[in-house]
Amino acid sequence: MELSGAEIVIQCLKDEGVEHVFGYPGGAVLHIYDALFQQDFVKHILVRHEQAATHAADGYARSTGKPGVALVTSGPGATNAVTGIATAYMDSIPMVVLTGQVPTPFIGSDAFQEVDTVGITRPCVKHNFLIKDVRDIAETMKKAFYIATSGRPGPVVVDIPKDITDPNKKIPYDYPKKIKMRSYSPVLRGHLGQIKKAVGLMLSAERPVFYTGGGVVLGDASEELRELTRELGFPITNTLMGLGSYPASDKQFIGMLGMHGTYEANMAMHDTDVLIAIGARFDDRVTGHIAHFCPNAKIIHVDIDPSSISKNVRVDVPIVGPVKSVLQDMLTVLKEGKKRPSSAALKKWWQQIDGWRGADCLSYDRTHAQIKPQFAIETLHKVTRGDAFVASDVGQHQMFAAQFYGFDKPRRWVNSGGLGTMGFGLPAAMGIQIAHPGADVALVTGEASVQMCIQELATCKQHDLPIKILLLNNGYMGMVRQWQEFFYDGRYSHSYVDALPDFVKLAESFGHVGMKVERPEDLEGAMQEAFDLKDRLVFMDVVIDPTENVYPMIEAGKGHHEMYLPPKSELV
Amino acid sequence: MRHIISILMENEAGALSRVAGLFSARGYNIESLTVAPTEDASLSRMTLVTRGDENIIEQITKQLNKLVEVVKLLDLSEGPHVEREMMLIKVKAERSQRDEIKRLVDIFRGKIIDVTDASYLIELTGQASKLDAFVNAVEEELIVEVVRTGPSGIARGAKGLSL
Ligand SMILES: Cc1ncc(C[n+]2csc(CCOP(=O)(O)OP(=O)(O)O)c2C)c(N)n1
Ligand SMILES: [Mg+2]
Repeated sequence: MELSGAEIVIQCLKDEGVEHVFGYPGGAVLHIYDALFQQDFVKHILVRHEQAATHAADGYARSTGKPGVALVTSGPGATNAVTGIATAYMDSIPMVVLTGQVPTPFIGSDAFQEVDTVGITRPCVKHNFLIKDVRDIAETMKKAFYIATSGRPGPVVVDIPKDITDPNKKIPYDYPKKIKMRSYSPVLRGHLGQIKKAVGLMLSAERPVFYTGGGVVLGDASEELRELTRELGFPITNTLMGLGSYPASDKQFIGMLGMHGTYEANMAMHDTDVLIAIGARFDDRVTGHIAHFCPNAKIIHVDIDPSSISKNVRVDVPIVGPVKSVLQDMLTVLKEGKKRPSSAALKKWWQQIDGWRGADCLSYDRTHAQIKPQFAIETLHKVTRGDAFVASDVGQHQMFAAQFYGFDKPRRWVNSGGLGTMGFGLPAAMGIQIAHPGADVALVTGEASVQMCIQELATCKQHDLPIKILLLNNGYMGMVRQWQEFFYDGRYSHSYVDALPDFVKLAESFGHVGMKVERPEDLEGAMQEAFDLKDRLVFMDVVIDPTENVYPMIEAGKGHHEMYLPPKSELV
Repeated sequence: MRHIISILMENEAGALSRVAGLFSARGYNIESLTVAPTEDASLSRMTLVTRGDENIIEQITKQLNKLVEVVKLLDLSEGPHVEREMMLIKVKAERSQRDEIKRLVDIFRGKIIDVTDASYLIELTGQASKLDAFVNAVEEELIVEVVRTGPSGIARGAKGLSL
């Protein structure tokens, strides 16, 4: 088969099984767009800003486990994509971003729409490539997908100069079936000796805790995690990124941990004697002050990335390997032996945890005249029977969604945890909806965040994406306002979102359905109505109590035992 | 502590900037860095000297290993090894100073490789400390220019760092 470079790029996508590409055209990618036009396997979703192309590809990847693909032009197309690339990088999301580049003879000449894309993206990609020869396209694309999806996943950028895609230069095409790279070979199994040691430590524990993160979701290890946790009867807490990998409705689940984690989860972390960290990276929002982190614990850490281990916190039993196979091996070792954890010790531990649970740290005022954000999320859970895909932006609404939706399945909760990118939500929800056409996809957002990629309402119209937008409108950059209330004596410097648009009219002007809800008693009915509109995007502008704060809260740099609890909680 | 790390990597455009970028992005320090292709033209060999406590060095080696282009890596400081650095140093050498400088070059087993009426160009190879000692031994006002390669290193013994 003789193909041009542009045709090869598209053919590689087909051969990788890529059905959807999120993109935006421009001079440097015109040959590729022309090749795209002449086939119908790879479907292109035209976004309205390249940032959205990367976030949409990211949401697609997070909700499916398949790599997301974005296609943008050189220069401003590439720089616009950088925020989305960095977002995916921080959360280890498999993604391949194709960027156009000026023709090779012009590289380095400050040509029109030239930027050093490889240089600009280097610190926020797993790897990147600049293709300099049409004969290298197929192998480079194969490598890009392999690197993006294997080991610790991440975004890979492939920068393609325009002359490489010249439609008049055809060469024989052959997509490599397999790729082997001498310089890149992710670990495939954990060390069995270490696994046995870890199991031994778990069995001797008196106050154990599972602390599990996004790695369990990325590594498709939820089944194994559930089995192991149930087999041992230990409490389990999830990070923001790990929510859904263990069912929130299960009695062994003690909630999210960290800055806005539950009292019981954070206190259990503080008191544990054996911490079992799986696919989690000891992020500062999780650990609080390192000096106060799990002061009495021996720590087991399972991670695919050796550099995650002992990076922030020194661990006692490191295990490098894919979480799925390591958890399987742990289960095998456990089942082969007869020993089980001390039930007396565990019983005592659970009594203690139940005591902490009694603090009812997620309580809020249910009698308030205005809609409380917590109530809005609970209502969302009720109306969607806890079975929706929920994307979020960044702020208080994100934390309320994480705390109150109660995710029972992995890949249902899609948010930017590592980079905390406002504007992520709407395009991410588009990616999810494209991947799951019939499913309920909700976006929980704030009036500040949603404006950062609001132009994507047009994309949703063009591609018939019936996302349900739940705007928790507090009129403030709530999360910023909360910090200013707590730590700056209430000086609300530039956190008030003045001059808001009329979101109902705005949604309608894009061809969608808009609703405004102001009273708690109207919320469920309105939401039900919205979700019943199966094929329409509905924008629900929900006016909430502007003074509500996210509790519990650990101030940055404090220990897990130093939490602020909601004003009415019994422990305050 | 000072560590000398030997890296075998793909000889590709951009590989060097990945290493340099990693060090600046993560705030590690690079004391010196030398790189050139090996007998296999598809591979480069880099010697990198850095400083840091045990935790930092562990992170540095892990992060380097994570770079897709890094094939193999060895912290030479962990075992017996040899380090050599080359220096080119230009010194003022007027008639009255010539004998003295020549003697010094001999003591350090250096070579004078270019001579003018007023200067010598000296080539010297050895451990970094030996080069330091030579620079200190020459009167400061005589030194015109110093160029050093930074150390290259290799482990002692029969085994090599190869694929
Ligand atoms: C791109 C970007 N800019 C700034 C911030 C800092 N920031 C974090 S939360 C937040 C406020 C978000 O306000 P809103 O979307 O209304 O959500 P709320 O907290 O009110 O629920 C800001 C400005 C950010 N995370 N991302
Ligand atoms: Mg707000």
